[in-house]
Amino acid sequence: MNATFTVFKREFASYFATPLAYVFIVIFLFTMGAFTFYLGNFYENGSASLATFFGFHPWLYLFLIPAISMRLWAEERRAGTIELLLTLPIPLSSAVMGKFFAAWVFAGVALALTFPMWLTVNYLGSPDNGVILASYIGSWLMAGGYLAIGACISAATNNQVIAFVVSAVVCFLFTVAGAPLVVDFFANFAPNAVVQTIASFSFLSHFNAIMNGVIDLRDIIFFGSLIAIFLFATAVLIDLKKAG
Amino acid sequence: MAMIETDGLVKKFGPFTAVRGITLSVDKGEVLGFLGPNGAGKSTTMKMITGFLAPTQGTARIMGHDVTADPIAAQKHLGYLPEGAPAYGDMTPRQFLSFIAEIRGYRSSSAKAAAQRAIELASLEGVIEQPIETLSKGYKRRVGFAQAILHDPPVLIMDEPTDGLDPNQKFAMRGLITGMAAEKAIIISTHILEEVESVCTRAVIIDRGRVVADGPIMGKTAAFNVFAPDGSSAGTLNASTADLDAVFRELTRAHA
Repeated sequence: MNATFTVFKREFASYFATPLAYVFIVIFLFTMGAFTFYLGNFYENGSASLATFFGFHPWLYLFLIPAISMRLWAEERRAGTIELLLTLPIPLSSAVMGKFFAAWVFAGVALALTFPMWLTVNYLGSPDNGVILASYIGSWLMAGGYLAIGACISAATNNQVIAFVVSAVVCFLFTVAGAPLVVDFFANFAPNAVVQTIASFSFLSHFNAIMNGVIDLRDIIFFGSLIAIFLFATAVLIDLKKAG
Repeated sequence: MAMIETDGLVKKFGPFTAVRGITLSVDKGEVLGFLGPNGAGKSTTMKMITGFLAPTQGTARIMGHDVTADPIAAQKHLGYLPEGAPAYGDMTPRQFLSFIAEIRGYRSSSAKAAAQRAIELASLEGVIEQPIETLSKGYKRRVGFAQAILHDPPVLIMDEPTDGLDPNQKFAMRGLITGMAAEKAIIISTHILEEVESVCTRAVIIDRGRVVADGPIMGKTAAFNVFAPDGSSAGTLNASTADLDAVFRELTRAHA
């Protein structure tokens, strides 16, 4: 546990030691704001809620989250520091979890910095703050899901560009798993149970459920187990590379 | 008990066999110079001993702990300077060494003391607050060295510790290694044959993944046991350390 925390601290500090954190946060806030106000017609809607704001999160995460996750392991491989990290007397799980949690908390910081949106709706009207809190929690859980997928893909390559592109595509598939595009395609030939299973992996449907203000245990378990599975896969991939 | 032992280490990368059965044991007080042409399998062997790569066959033990079965126990007794001395470039040497101290289980004041000792041993005082990526190659190498000796490990493995250093820095690095040799088992790989004479008590020449010669360095002479490709003894070879160059070329010639 101590080792996990030590890795976490180093990794988290490294975001702020370079311009990466600041550039990312500025772009994150800018795109979130631009989408909400211009594409989402935040003012014209005339409703005191952040639904339009949160509605864009899954789509913005598609390219913002792989931008964080791509470096997680690919960068360690490129710089050779992975050889140092993996020959220190710590369990592999500490390295995997420490790095993941640092990225997740960093994403959380960027998300928390959107609080002026929350202040704005509260100034303009009286929104349901319970729904907003649930949406923030849901958005952060969803970011964790994307990050875990991205960490796993980053562990498979030492090329950050490949890590970014592949993560974006895989995250896209997870996002739209429940959309007609995917469901109709599988409905043509697969049995209903299979179609339902694929659809149940949809980030969108789980996130939309939370956005309605209900944090259902099932949605939390979905994101939690998805993160656990992909982190486990990350450790397996690193171990496989060790075997050469 | 030998502090470092390997038993028939084999490493295959797909169809390519990088290491074909290396058996060694290194005792306390020994500084083993690992010599061989590029691609002979030196780094791969070191990566297996340190637990970074899993051997395809064979075992490696550090202070009696099998690095595959119980890597954490083995790695606690190990200081490792990987090839190129990788370090987190965005950190300063002080931050980096504090991180290493903490991850090796030192807490607060003892972590500071351990980091400080390593900083002094590696003469890093002048650069401790500069990001590592801005340091010269020589300083980067010394940061890697400081990281490896921070916990005063009984076993030290260094992949080309003097590569890229200027003559003064090489001299200083060799002094550091000889200074701590008596209490440790050390393996260093090198291309610089004069280094063998100045720091090593034993030299092992490997070629195409096999040990081709192994013998003690006594002052100005080396007494090698020479091995045939099947591992059987092919006699002995006594040479002056001044002739190591010729011996090296003779034994690894077929490769070139």
